[in-house]
This record gives sequence, structure tokens and C-alpha cells, in this order.
Amino acid sequence: MRIGVIGSGAVGSLFAAHLALLDDVETWIYDVYQAHVDAINADGLRLTGVGEVHSHPQATTNAGELPALDFAIVATKGMHTRAAMEDTAKAVSESAVCSVQNGIGNEEVIAEFVRTVIRGTTFPAGKLVGPGVVQWDTAGKTWIGPFEPRPATMGQVHALADILTRSGMETLALEDARGAQWTKLVFNAASNALCSLTQLPHGRAAINADVRWVMDEVIREGKDVAAALGIEMETDPAELLEESIGVALDHRPSMLQDVLARRPTEIDQLNGGIVRLGDEMGIATPLNRVAYALIKGLEASWKL
Amino acid sequence: MSFESVCVIGAGSIGSLCAGHLGRITAVSVLVRRPEHAADLNRDGLRVSGKSDFTADVLAATDPDLLPEPELIVIATKAMHVEHAAGAIAGRFPDAVVMTIQNGLGTEDVVARHGSWPIISSVTFMSGTKESDTHVHYELDTATWMGPYHQSGTRLETVQQVGEMFARGGLKVEVLPDLRPAQWSKLIFNASVNPVAALTDLPHVHLFARRQRDTDLGHLMFDLIEEGKRVAAAAGVELFEDPWEMNSRAVEQGSTHDDEYAHVPSMLADVRAGRSTEIDFILGSLVREAERLEVPAPLSEALYRLVKARDRSYDV
Repeated sequence: MRIGVIGSGAVGSLFAAHLALLDDVETWIYDVYQAHVDAINADGLRLTGVGEVHSHPQATTNAGELPALDFAIVATKGMHTRAAMEDTAKAVSESAVCSVQNGIGNEEVIAEFVRTVIRGTTFPAGKLVGPGVVQWDTAGKTWIGPFEPRPATMGQVHALADILTRSGMETLALEDARGAQWTKLVFNAASNALCSLTQLPHGRAAINADVRWVMDEVIREGKDVAAALGIEMETDPAELLEESIGVALDHRPSMLQDVLARRPTEIDQLNGGIVRLGDEMGIATPLNRVAYALIKGLEASWKL
Repeated sequence: MSFESVCVIGAGSIGSLCAGHLGRITAVSVLVRRPEHAADLNRDGLRVSGKSDFTADVLAATDPDLLPEPELIVIATKAMHVEHAAGAIAGRFPDAVVMTIQNGLGTEDVVARHGSWPIISSVTFMSGTKESDTHVHYELDTATWMGPYHQSGTRLETVQQVGEMFARGGLKVEVLPDLRPAQWSKLIFNASVNPVAALTDLPHVHLFARRQRDTDLGHLMFDLIEEGKRVAAAAGVELFEDPWEMNSRAVEQGSTHDDEYAHVPSMLADVRAGRSTEIDFILGSLVREAERLEVPAPLSEALYRLVKARDRSYDV
């Protein structure tokens, strides 16, 4: 069995490091970050934090070196999905390709390149602290299911879920994984965008009554859009937000990290995705639209 | 009628500028909160530098009973302290005229609850910096607009007399028969430009008026201004200028679109400097009016709350 991880930031590295522990899986990494790839090939990939893992996936910055893959896991940031698929199209054209990215819209891009797509949502998180080394901050489950327009079979979904679970990344195979995807989407739309605009860390934003008012509205709109799409939430995003106060009081969500470093954000896949689907379903999303416009404005301020 | 005794309540930068300039031409007393502030003013007088340069004698106290009977009272505290200031003069000085000079809206109503004085509304565009308790630096010598607060029966003639006195003292003044159209136009303009700038870190550039793509900031500005206009309409105010046109004109920059020279709104300057903002007096007053008049204003409310939270982030 050959599995490739496309995009080896924190989340991609968590998957690749675990998969490379399995004897019956040949694990590949494709990433454009040369120093990270070199370190992995020389010394292996290390995870530290909630678990200690040291394994030896094969890594490359040259997509032409990738063998034909049975499964591919796409873990780039949303704005890099298209470029990553263009680079790796040859190796993954016959693979079942699973997105574990944030927000919505990534599977749609992947489906332009391959016939078999798996929708995925993952909660484990960390950060790349240096080439070949990832700080693993939070454990959690992953949910995967067929992406309807170009679906993988449930047999393929179960096979991938079993491998991932065996490697140490607990994964659930679902007929309809949209509930998990929208749970995380709506949770992220509320937390990431509003932490970025107020520059407050996760839990501190959620306990601030003013920010919480806006977060609650963003969540309510997101749930309205999900309901119109016939999606049943895996968990109420408002509950996740409440839980996050304890475990992520001073954690800076990835978008706030991006904003502080003046990197492009995933707003198009988060609040932008809710606005887009809301428009399609005729559901008003005024406060997601406010957050979307303000983050776009913030990104524009870096170019003045 | 000439005003031979004026009392200024609150000696921040605007109060000090009023007291100092009026102190050159008439007897001025100042009501302040701290005894040492009063003592310093009584000993040293009030120095004004910058656009004007002089020192005026003032009589300062912390107790209104110690002040001579004023014919004009200028309440120059920050908006949230007007309640306390008006309470301090409740039941006193029945023949005086009271002038409010706060940012935002609604302080006239607060004063009216404490007495039946004729009230003058004003909005000032001048600015200054307090160098010390007895020294204010006069930076921008732009005008103060004033007009009668009609609910209190103020006559335009009274406002004209006050305006003439301000002008004789060396301040720029424009007297309007009804201040609200200008006050509200300026408020809605400020209440949209300032928070959006503060949250996006953008100076007031052409993006604020662009509405081509779906994500362009001009849509948000337009929607915010529409909310403000609905609140103004519910309050019975006919606007002096359309705030959307004020916004579009301001970003034209002589059609050069040169963002390098774009204005940095004061609220963005405050956020960049880590100072607390005037959000409560600007967008906050619009949100409170919307609530009072039961006009939905969810975008204004969201931006109001986000800027308030942004203020607090410096404490983390």
C-alpha cells in the first residue's frame, strides 16, 4: 500500500509520521519546503508534545519522483490546493484523494484533477517548529466519507480509516462526513476570524462578552446554512467553542498566527465558504460577510 | 445679552481650550474633579500654546457652590461623564444656558433630564493636547459648529451670541439653525470609516468606496452607512450630506488614488498606538440610538463590539 501526504505542515506531518510507523504502508511526503524535506530524508520526521513519534517517510520536493499512490492525503492550506494538485496530478490521478484541510471548497478543487475524492475533517493540531520537527499540541479524531460528486466507495473509505486508526490517528468512516466538516467549519469561522480581528487568543476571545456576541451570530448563521443544505452537525459548534475556553485559553488560532505574520489567510474557505453556500441556498449571512470583508481588508492593508 | 460669567465643566483638552480662550474676554470658572487640579489652575492660570499663545486667569473649584453664578455653562467632559456633570448643577443656576460639546449623540438629553436650561448642541472639529493640568497645546484650529437644541426651547439668537463670544475669544465657530443634519452626517461617516479602519489596519484609501468584487470593502461601508441612515430617518433627521458621498469624495484624493497620502482615521491611530478608542461615543452612540428607536443595526453592533474587544486586547 502506498500513501502520499501532499503538504507537510503541522497537520500533514502528523499524518505522515504516524503512517510511516506501519510496516505495510509505504509513506511519501510531497512538500515545497526544501529544508523540511531534506531533514525528513536525513533524520526522519519527529513529533513531540501530546505524543512522541519518530519515523521515516520518504519526502520529496519533486512531484515527478512520486510513485503511483493508492491513497493521497491533501493537507496544504486552502489557497495552495490548486497548485499542489497541478504539481502532483500524475501521481494521484488514479488514487483515492482525501482532503484533511480546513473549511470548504478544497474537495471541489481536488475533484477537478482526480476521479475519486474523500471528504475529510481532522481535529489534531500542532505547529512546525523546525525542519523535520512538529510540536503536536492537540489530539483528536478525524472523520472521512465519500465526496458525492466524485465519490470514493465506502470500501475505500473504510480501508483508509482502518489504516489511519491503526497508525494511531483515530479515524471514523461515515457515509456522510459533511456534519463533521460543517461542525469544524462553523467553529473555525467563529474562532479564527474573530480572534484575528480582535487579536485576542482563542479562549480569551470566547469569554469576552462582546466578541462572543459576534461569534454566536456567526455560528447561528453557519448552522442555518448547514440546515438548509440538509446537513446534521456532528457536534454543536457553540459547544466546541465553550469547551475551547478551558483547553485553548491563550492559544492563537492559525489565522491569527497568519495575520500576525502577514501571510494570506484561509478566510475564503471559512467565512467565505459559508457566505458562498448561504448565497446559493438563499440564507442571509450578514456577519460572516462582515468578517470576510474585514479579513480581506486586513490582507489588503499589507500590500499598501 | 452678553455672558459675563462662564463656567466650563471638565478641563480635558477641549474644556481647557474653551476655558482658556473665553478667559481672555470674560470671567471664566472651571469645575474640575481633583482638588490639586483646581489649586494649580488658581495659582498658575491656564496656558494655551500652539495655534494661540497666552495665559488666562480662571477660577477653579471642585464644588459648584463655590463658583459664581454662571450665565453660560459649557459641559466639556467626555460623554460618559455628562450624567455626573449635569447632576452636579441640577437645581442650580436656573437662568444659565448650557452647552454640550461631546463626540457622538445624546448628551443634550442627559442634560435636559437634570434641569430646564436652554441647551446649545455643538460638535467641535478643533483639537488639542493636554501638556499638564495648567497647559493645553492648541493643534487643529478648525471650527466648532453650534445650534439650538430645540426641545429645550433655545433661541437661535442665544446661540449667535455664544458664537460671537467664542469668536471674540479666538475660536472658530459656525452657528447653524439646526445642528442635527450636520451632526448626524458627520456621525454616520465617522461611525463607518473609523471602525473599519481600526479593524483592517487600512488608512482611508479607495478600497473603502470600491464595490466591484463581492469581497470589496465598499459593500461593507455602504451597508454600514445604510444602517446609519435608517437610524437617522427613524430619529427624524434629514442629513446635511450623504455620508456615502462623503466617503467616496474623501478617498478620491483629487482622483490620484495615491494611497500614500491617505488619511489615518483617529481610531486607527489610537489602535496603532495602543490607546483606547472613542468607539463608545462614535459608533456606540449610533448603536444606542438604533436600540432606542428599535431600528435593526446588526452590522454596526458587530463592529462596535469588535472594536471594543480590540481595545481590551492591549491588556492581555
